[in-house]
Formats: sequence, C-alpha cells, structure tokens
Amino acid sequence: MPVVLETVDLEKHFGGIAAVAGVSLKVEKGARHALIGPNGAGKTTVINLLTGVLRPSAGRILLEGEDVTALEAYKRVQRGLARTFQINQLFLDLTPLETVGLAISERLGSGAQWLRLVGTNPVVVEEIVEILDRFHLTDVMYERTGNLPYGKQRLLEIALAIACRPRVLLLDEPAAGVPEDERHEILATVAALPADVTVLLIEHDMDIVFSFADRISVLVNGALFVDGAPEEVARDPRVKAVYLGESLDA
Amino acid sequence: MVAAPSPLVGEVTRRLATRARWRPYEYVFWLAALASVFLLPGKHLILTEIAWLGLFALSLDLILGYAGIISLGHAAFFGLGSYIAALLAKHAIINEPVLALIVSGLGAAVLGFATSFLVLRGSDLTRLMVTLGVALIMREIANQIPEITGGADGLQGVTIAPILGMFQFDIFGHVAYAYCLTVLFVLFLLARRVVYSPFGLSLRAVKGNPLRASSISIPVNARLVAIYTFAAFYAGIAGALLAQTTAFASLDVFSFERSADLLLVLIIGGTGYLYGGLIGAVIFKLMQDWIANLTPQYWQFWIGLVLVLIVLVGRDRIGQWTSAGRALFERISRRFARNAMPSLAGKGEGR
Repeated sequence: MPVVLETVDLEKHFGGIAAVAGVSLKVEKGARHALIGPNGAGKTTVINLLTGVLRPSAGRILLEGEDVTALEAYKRVQRGLARTFQINQLFLDLTPLETVGLAISERLGSGAQWLRLVGTNPVVVEEIVEILDRFHLTDVMYERTGNLPYGKQRLLEIALAIACRPRVLLLDEPAAGVPEDERHEILATVAALPADVTVLLIEHDMDIVFSFADRISVLVNGALFVDGAPEEVARDPRVKAVYLGESLDA
Repeated sequence: MVAAPSPLVGEVTRRLATRARWRPYEYVFWLAALASVFLLPGKHLILTEIAWLGLFALSLDLILGYAGIISLGHAAFFGLGSYIAALLAKHAIINEPVLALIVSGLGAAVLGFATSFLVLRGSDLTRLMVTLGVALIMREIANQIPEITGGADGLQGVTIAPILGMFQFDIFGHVAYAYCLTVLFVLFLLARRVVYSPFGLSLRAVKGNPLRASSISIPVNARLVAIYTFAAFYAGIAGALLAQTTAFASLDVFSFERSADLLLVLIIGGTGYLYGGLIGAVIFKLMQDWIANLTPQYWQFWIGLVLVLIVLVGRDRIGQWTSAGRALFERISRRFARNAMPSLAGKGEGR
C-alpha cells in the first residue's frame, strides 16, 4: 500500500523540552492506524504538527508524497487532511446546520461569496442534510451548538471533519469524556467511516484501539517506540512494560 | 451524494432563508428614519450627525461584532476619508459629492488593507494598541503637512458642489440629512447582505474559534483582511460625509476621543446585529445634546459616568436588554399586524 502521510525525523521543542524527538511515521493508504502512548508522550503535539497548528523545530511532513511542512493549516485541509480535537473546538454560537455548511462551502470554494445568502446553494444544503443525518444530528440542527449535550457535540466534532471530505483523517481521542452509554454511537460512526479514508487515531482506551486498528505506533517521551501490527505490539514486552503495564495496573 | 434528496432539504432551505428575512423591528426602524426626514425638519442638523456616526459605528460593528477585532483607532479611516473628501472638493479634483464619497471610501480602504496585517495576530490588548498607534500616526502626518491639510487650523475654504449636480447643501441640513440617510441605508443594505452570506458566516466562525475555522479550511487571515478593508471603506465614507456636510476637515477627525466615543456608541447599542451602532448613535447624540443643554460644562462628567455604569452592568447584559427589547418589539408588532386585520382582531382579544 502506498504511504499517504509520512513524517521524517519530526521534532518539536518547547523551550528546552523535546515534546517530539525525531518521529518518522508512515501511514499507509486506507489504514486504520492508531497512535498510542502514555500521557505526555507527545501524541497531540504530533497531530498539531501534522495539521499545521504548530511548526516543527526540525523534520519534514509529506502528504501524498508532497512536502507540506511549511504549508498553512487551512491549505492542508484543502489537500485532504482533516482532524478532530481531543477537546471540542466548535463554534458555540452557531447551529450544527451552519457549522457543517461552513465546512462544505469552503470545500466547494463558495465560502468567500459575500453577496449570496447562506442556504441558497442547493448542492451545499443537500450535503449538509446528508452529513447531519449520518451523524444523528438532524434533531438538533437548529439549536445553538453551545447548548447541545456533550455527546452530540462530540458527534458534530467528527461530522465537521468529515464535511471536509478528507482522504486522511486524524481523530484525537474521539470518545474522550463521552459517557459510557453514548460511546457506542461515536464508535459506530468511526467504524463506519469510508474504507478509502485513511484514519490515524489517537486513543487511550485499549479496547477501542485493538478493535479498530490494523496498525499501531507507540509513542513514548516524544519518540516512536514500537511500530507494528496489533498482535505484535500487544506481544511486545517493552510495550507492556512501558505502557500497557501501567494502564493494567491502574 | 444521496440519490434522492431527502424531504429535509426543502425544510432546511426554508429555515436558512428565514435567517436573512427582514424582521418587523427593522421595518419600523427605517420607516421612523424616513419619517424623521419629513416630520423633524428642525432636527436635521443633529440627525445628520447621527446618520454619519451610525455609519461609522456600523463599520466598527463589522469588525468587532462579526470578526472579533477590537479597535481603538478606527478614526484613522474616518479621518482619512474626511480629508480626502475635503481635498477633492477644495481643489476641484472631483466636484460631484457622490463620486468623491466613493473615492474617499476607497482611499480609506487602501489604508485599511495596508494596516490589516497588523491586527491579524495578537490579543485584544495588542490590537487596541496597534490600532490606536495607527490613528496617532495618521493624526501626526496630517499635522506635519499643513501645506496640504491646513495643519492645526484645519482645511478651510472647502465648497461642496450640488449632489448629482442637482441638490445644493443648505444651512438647515435638510439636503445633508437626506443625503447621509440615503448613503447610510444603501451601505446598511450591503452590510446586511454581507453578514448573511457564506463570507459573513465564516467571519462569525473565525471570531468564535479561529483554530477550528482554519481546520475546516477557512483562510482565517484572508477573511480578516477582507472585512477589515471593507470596514475601513465604511469608516472612510462616514468621515467623508462629515467633511462634505460641514465643508471642513480638521485634525480632530483623527482624534483618540473619536475612536473611543465610537466604541462607546457601539457598546451602548450592542454589537453583532448591525443595528447596535445605529441605535447607539441615536442614544449617544441625543444624550450628548440633552446633557449639554442642561449643563454644558459637565458633558464629559456624565458621559464618563454612563461609561462606568455600562461597564459595571456589563456588555453582555446590555446585549440582553437590546435583544429582549427586540423580542418585545416583535411581539408587539405581531399583535399590531393581527389587529390591523379585523377578522383576526376578535380572535386575538378573545384569548
């Protein structure tokens, strides 16, 4: 399988601390790739580097073979790299309808139209309805996002990334903070993502990781520790010692 | 894409269409403005001031209320528009006021575009300081080139030609008011269109969460540059209206007080719904006029007190008052609409 997302010796320093220290990661097309590691291992920093929220101190990022290291965040989205956030980053004063519409308009290149009213482009409206329906958000689509229950906000978080129609999707703990009885809805939508969308998942919950991923990379202290198929990673004694051991004890 | 459009599509389209629908209070506002042209001829001088101040505040609302850019130097654009309009008229470069007005606005927009890059990054405090600095620089430039601007004496000897070659400004401000109100209305309609467009919606997204906005491929900086330039155009037009209706421009157009008062005007009226600046301008000017008549020397004291009260009560709560006021108004106007139709009036009373 071709590699769609690759980092080469990626580094990020905050002051004297190396949050990410020489990570070379390869994500294959169509993969369900999980990035795991103990708290503070630098997982979210890697995502922020991949998406352009942070600039790397050194190293390169390749998206579908092209160097995007210096590319602005919004342009990487245009190139097919979308993400969700560990902590909801939504537009609290807008409705889910408007929120999803924004992402679709931008993708179709009509987001900067300033003399046309919102909602007059049937192509956009049809797609909004389709996405909201797929993510079980039609019943709350006219409500202010800030007033939605947490689980619905979490769904909107993913719906918004999907509305960008990514070829590579980065999911940063999609089920984080969601009550147990609402988790299945989120996980079902994640499992139902189109097969041609490459997914890089950050997750703490080992049940989710092992039921979802076909490849796992373990990040410890900002460096790639182990990289392999789930069964290899599960068997690796070093991983057990560093990571799984810890979480089993907890 | 789904094969057959779901019935929801029609409903959603209708719901989205109501976003930009004219509300009853909006009709009342503009009918009242129109009525004031005919019913309050003795007040046209102050109404003229209210009209250009309202436009100026509308300009600030576009960046503060919709894009979250706070400014303490919006007079930079107002002042530039003012001087351009006065100079165009004085040297008979463009005599026709409407054309001169547009050129003045474009001149201010150029300055807005050039300085927009200074407000892209940083906190509110940084933006306050940067915008304040730009206005101070503009004032000092105008002060240092008296051969062009008249320096501290102001630009004297400006004569404004008739509007469209037909309507000559009069000393009672009748033509001036009709002119300012027309310009305000046209630019208001444009602003209203813009804020209900996909571009306008994306501004609210940028204001709400720039991080997320850029991760759904909204070019945050480009949008901020665009609205800042657009707002500078509006501020320049407002300044040009002042110059044309008074046939004068002075350093005062760039003053810090003008920028600060503007923020006050907008906060009185509330941000982010376009009418805040207009309502704020009405309240501010009438209050100024009223208090100045009572105690000419203590105007500053009272406006200071009002400012303190507003900040103590909180901007949010003022916003709630204005939205509560609007809601009440909509209820009343709906009732009026019912009573206007005799067949429905009986039902209304029967409740």
